[in-house]
Amino acid sequence: MSAFSAIGDEREVAQDEFTPSIEPQPTWCPGCGDYGVLKALKGAMAELGKNPEEILLATGIGCSGKLNSYFDSYGFHTIHGRSLPVARAAKLANDGLEVIAAGGDGDGYGIGGNHFIHTARENHDMTYIVFNNEVFGLTKGQTSPTSPKGHKSKTQPNGNAKTPIRPLSMSLTAGASYVARTAAVNPNQAKEIIKEAIQHDGFSHVDFLTQCPTWNKDAKQYVPYIDIQDSEEYDFDVHDRRAAQDAMHETEDALYEGKVLTGRYFVDDERPSYQQEKRQRGELPEQPLAERYFEDGEWERSYDFIDRHA
Amino acid sequence: MTDDELIWRIAGGSGDGIDSTSQNFAKALMRSGLNVFTHRHYPSRIRGGHTYVEIRASSEEVKSRGDGYNFLVALGDSFARNPKENAYYGEEEVKPLAENLDDLREGGVIVYDSGLLDTAEIENFDERVEENDWHVYDVDLRGIAKEHGREIMRNTAGVGVTAALTGIDTTYVEDLMAEAMGGDILEANLNVLEDAYEHVQEEYDPDAHDVTVPEGEHDEEQVLVSGSHGIAYGALDEGCRFIAGYPMTPWTDVFTILTNLMPDVGGISEQVEDEIAAAALAVGASHAGAKAMSGSSGGGFSLMSEPLGLAEMTETPLVLVESMRAGPSTGMPTKPEQADLEHVLYTSQGDSHRVVFAPSNQVECYEQTRKAFQIAYDYQIPVMVIYDQKLSGEHRNVPKSTFDQAPNPDLGSVLTEEELKDQPHGETGIYHRFQHEGEDGVSPRSIPGQKGGRYLATGNEHTPEGHISESPSNRKAQVDRRNEKLASIRENLDADERQQVYGDESADYGVISWGSQSGTVEEAVERLNENGHSVKGLSVSEMAPFPKEFLSEFIESVDDVLVVEMSSTAQFRGVIQKNLGQYGEKISSLLKYDGNPFEPAEIVEAVEEHGSGEELSSNTRFEAAAGGD
Repeated sequence: MSAFSAIGDEREVAQDEFTPSIEPQPTWCPGCGDYGVLKALKGAMAELGKNPEEILLATGIGCSGKLNSYFDSYGFHTIHGRSLPVARAAKLANDGLEVIAAGGDGDGYGIGGNHFIHTARENHDMTYIVFNNEVFGLTKGQTSPTSPKGHKSKTQPNGNAKTPIRPLSMSLTAGASYVARTAAVNPNQAKEIIKEAIQHDGFSHVDFLTQCPTWNKDAKQYVPYIDIQDSEEYDFDVHDRRAAQDAMHETEDALYEGKVLTGRYFVDDERPSYQQEKRQRGELPEQPLAERYFEDGEWERSYDFIDRHA
Repeated sequence: MTDDELIWRIAGGSGDGIDSTSQNFAKALMRSGLNVFTHRHYPSRIRGGHTYVEIRASSEEVKSRGDGYNFLVALGDSFARNPKENAYYGEEEVKPLAENLDDLREGGVIVYDSGLLDTAEIENFDERVEENDWHVYDVDLRGIAKEHGREIMRNTAGVGVTAALTGIDTTYVEDLMAEAMGGDILEANLNVLEDAYEHVQEEYDPDAHDVTVPEGEHDEEQVLVSGSHGIAYGALDEGCRFIAGYPMTPWTDVFTILTNLMPDVGGISEQVEDEIAAAALAVGASHAGAKAMSGSSGGGFSLMSEPLGLAEMTETPLVLVESMRAGPSTGMPTKPEQADLEHVLYTSQGDSHRVVFAPSNQVECYEQTRKAFQIAYDYQIPVMVIYDQKLSGEHRNVPKSTFDQAPNPDLGSVLTEEELKDQPHGETGIYHRFQHEGEDGVSPRSIPGQKGGRYLATGNEHTPEGHISESPSNRKAQVDRRNEKLASIRENLDADERQQVYGDESADYGVISWGSQSGTVEEAVERLNENGHSVKGLSVSEMAPFPKEFLSEFIESVDDVLVVEMSSTAQFRGVIQKNLGQYGEKISSLLKYDGNPFEPAEIVEAVEEHGSGEELSSNTRFEAAAGGD
């Protein structure tokens, strides 16, 4: 028997399998976009037939970080900005796991920005969902890296002097092989995008627009959205890096003008994932590392290598 | 230590092959049957600058660098030379000779490259030679090297000259060269070696001085290893197959040794974007069921404070190495100091706990790293191994059989799917991972992907089910349980009898040390007893949980205690006092923080003058403990 028999256990999975038995009092406000991420994630996992026990969901800190309190898989609620390094190591150590990382815009593009760039660059085979509500929510409304220029908050009382970050362009430039934006107010698209992101072999970045009805009253800007895949006006090849880049620029500008474009922007099926690259170089074992610890195999000792290395 | 020892120093510029040459020469001496101990001094730059490596070789056990040295090979710093002007000798150029004269013992030997160095540029050189009865050999090492190969081979010429002047059998050197290189390069090097050897035999009288190589014999096969090798091998043998890091001197030593080994053993090495990531990767890999490690040096370790706390709160096993160098901030990147102790003991917020080991030699590095993994995985707690630049890079011969041990890939307090079935679960199958009543404070964990083990690990305070909770009663139960681990770990460690007391058992004067200075202190204590004093010593290699009883017993048994450490604020003495809460009137410190480790003589001198009110002549200082008189 495999030590990790939940992995690859094919069966029909109901959405409510992901709902904890003792559901804690949600700390999300009524009308919060985070509910939309939870719903999309549950729907995607159920439709893909993913066993909750083969999923590792690593989150950061903030309202978004509470996601795994309401999503009953293996979970690791890490610290602010650090979900990615924890998640990608788990994937390296046990390739069989379905690894999802999630966090907010402050968490992912601010404090964890360095990890974001490097995880994308390395193209780790995992999905990263960033709850983008353009504000720090749990710490009560401060300006975040995606807050619009001029955004007023207690920490930027005279209005934000900084230009907002461009997350889609950033991950594309860094090397992510799947880049999409979706929105909580667009549940069907959101579910489909997450499904695709999970199935994609490489680093999938999903910028998930989540309205904050408490601290960002401009939440209405997320409606109406335009699905660029369904729009003839925005017809472009998602495999074409340059076309994707142009489309991203347009949507990143338009967002702050009240026009929301969502959908897939870039998909690179050719680029090998980091795991494949490492394996090719003999730097990743064929068998998932974690499995070895449960088997009666031979373990090499330093003694066997001393003449070569000492 | 007897007089019958060779302490050979080879000096030049970084990039002149000082390191590889000395490494090979140390191995050759070891293979000829001697005990060897190396000490490396280098600047924080890639090429040029004053650098040297010392090899102390004796038929008896060597635990430390010596007091000074007795044989100098001064190569000439090729990178200090103006390439356009072969004859240019600036001030930097004579450094390999000039900078080393202060430490050369009376009657010592100087071999210098007359092709590159000019003694006329050194102040009072001839007077000093005469005063100290030094024996000077001006050999055109560069010329010999150039004639048979390339200029860079003048280090080989230096070894050849050394062999001729001390009677070393060059066979061992030749064998090592043959192992390390081949073809034309090998042939050229062998020619350089032979020519230099013969040149000395013909031109000089090798018996004009008293410095010779002693004879020795090993009763079993030896290997030459550094403290970093000890740590790397210990980790490997405990089943560590995941290492993540960011380069920083001197931690890079462990990182590169293990990176080199990982592909051979089916392990994974990751060089990542920063130290926060490095430690977080180790946490993630450990959470996912691998034995994982990370580490850094002072400034890099500062960044690891966060993931360290996360590991503790989520009870994820984690082993971190901290290889100290002189701080604060960037400090002196290539110089040792023992001043990160408090940083390592107390970093991270809250009432946090970690276990801290402080090995004092290569073998202890190996054993304590193994122990670090056992404790980390059995007790689900972060464990640190703290050592320093000195121990990291200093090589010493160790019986090869030291490493002939069974591997231990056991994941510790982890359940199998079969065992998970008998554990408490919630209605939808969530595993009660953080149960209040764990034996010795440990509640066994499951690994992601296991059926029946699903749970949430969180850096927030949490219930037995893993839910975030701020309930006072749960908080107290969880804190109490996590705290409970420490007492059990202390008992576990006490069973090993790790700390060593040495010297005169009935002495009323005690010297306490930790980490890389312990071997030096041990040699000093031996010498003090030979000089008619009555002294005993203690090396402490467990910093948390602190071995209170053991330390109390030792301090109670003497009238005076001297704590020797490389720190200006007496951190280690502070840790002793904090833990024991008394004995301030008994304890004094001997401190050194100039970037160089202690030499045994400095400690001998300090103990002899302790209390006499005399000023110490060296770069050390006394300081009485708080509560003292």
